[in-house]
Amino acid sequence: MSFYLDLATRLCILAIAAVGLNLILGYGGMISFGHAAYLGLGAYAVGIPAHHWLYGGLDFLATNNGFIHITIAVVISGLFAFLTGLICLKTKGVYFIMITMAFSQMAYYLFVSIEEYGSDDGLVINTRSEIPLINLDNPIQMFLVSFLSLIFFMWLVHLITKSNFGLILSGIKDNEARMVSLGYNVYLHKLIAFVFSGIICGFAGVLLGNFTTFISPEMIDWSRSGELMFMVILGGVATVMGPLFGAIVFVILEEVLSSITIYWHLPFGLLLIAVVLFFRGGLSSLLSK
Amino acid sequence: MASILEIKNLNKKFGGVIATKYLNLSILVGELHAIIGPNGAGKTTLISQIFGQIFPDSGQIFFQGTNVTRVSEYKKSRLGINRTFQITSVMKSLTVSENIQLATDTARENSFNFFTASNNQTTILKKIDFCLRQVGLIKAINQPVKSLSHGDCRKLEIAMALASDAKLLLLDEPMAGLGPSETQEMIALLNKLKGKQTILLVEHDMDAVFALADRVSVLVSGEIIATGEPNNIRRDSKVQNAYLGEA
Repeated sequence: MSFYLDLATRLCILAIAAVGLNLILGYGGMISFGHAAYLGLGAYAVGIPAHHWLYGGLDFLATNNGFIHITIAVVISGLFAFLTGLICLKTKGVYFIMITMAFSQMAYYLFVSIEEYGSDDGLVINTRSEIPLINLDNPIQMFLVSFLSLIFFMWLVHLITKSNFGLILSGIKDNEARMVSLGYNVYLHKLIAFVFSGIICGFAGVLLGNFTTFISPEMIDWSRSGELMFMVILGGVATVMGPLFGAIVFVILEEVLSSITIYWHLPFGLLLIAVVLFFRGGLSSLLSK
Repeated sequence: MASILEIKNLNKKFGGVIATKYLNLSILVGELHAIIGPNGAGKTTLISQIFGQIFPDSGQIFFQGTNVTRVSEYKKSRLGINRTFQITSVMKSLTVSENIQLATDTARENSFNFFTASNNQTTILKKIDFCLRQVGLIKAINQPVKSLSHGDCRKLEIAMALASDAKLLLLDEPMAGLGPSETQEMIALLNKLKGKQTILLVEHDMDAVFALADRVSVLVSGEIIATGEPNNIRRDSKVQNAYLGEA
């Protein structure tokens, strides 16, 4: 039972990150290959204050208060998205993909180089975030928090994409030059969407840190960013349910295939190719037929 | 009549190619001013400079008395200059009404409205309705743009230009790629707008130009060699030489 509960919790958390990525990848046409960085930043925003709270040092940062963890995660991931977005969004296409990946690798090597937080061995989070009335040590409550957060962010992103801002974003994805000539500050719109997306993934990182009680730079690695892209594309870009479907398939396949073979990425990759070739629009287009 | 756009001594070079050469032009409020000229005369380059996609090497552009020579395109659009493109440029994955909505000032002014639905504002709905009726596309209101014919996309572009409440419309070859009957429809449409809108029309189709324009300027090798009423232009010997070759 607890195995399935863990699986479901992990699924919800990855789905939140996929929802965040979908906002820019699906609706905004910005293919970010560095979104694992935000998951990592969110998880470190739990791990580092918790580490200092238990073992001393950096008193201004030391806390196990969940609200402070979330605030730090939101501010740091928002700031990271803003600063890297300022530069990344000057580029397009392949260059955008490469530069977002480069920035996330910078975050990766930053955490590899900090010995106090375990370098590439990672950091064990010995205390979870304290939130009033909620006990994250309880797996059921952990799941419920993740699940409700997922619902909330799916609703929020849905709302954004149906708003004026969302319409403009899809216009930019479709024909950026035309949107400029219509008088839109395209760069600013993209930047705001980019920051929103980073913050959502940062929040998912807070949950991930609390769930795994362990954080290592490996979580920021570009292959993790690739997995998030897998989920979004597999599930169907620019759809409400797509990231959820993608995360479900990803988590289940990862579980099933990795118990059969250590080369589980191979059949997984073949599946992705099949979906891209034969079901453009991903799994959600398949289900809506 | 007062002029809405004044161009003074405009110059633009691309490497060794002179695209615009000491060009002077003034567009009067309310007129339909056409620019004609052989291929490569620099018509689109001129439009792009007026609109701010490229900047001139020297010279000035005044819009309603203010110097807008180096104002970028998205700000020009906010000032009230709007253009259509020689190659149709619309948002193909969106619907007809969404395209028009994006062209309105209201959508732009509320562009940071993140959480309220975009499709139920009555003023916008009225405007979409009005613009589509003007160009005769009202039946296609909820269709995705990719299902429209080329001619209908052209009309959509005009509707978007109307929706923007532009004070000056730059139409870059609106008849390009249209069949004979579609061309007639487009002429009728522009005729309907004439007088209500100040329009700068760049066009290859001479019949269209002489049927529509209040004044015509002839651009050859980056220079305006003649400006005047269509009938005078038709008789102008310099123009005849440029088009028919020296006798």
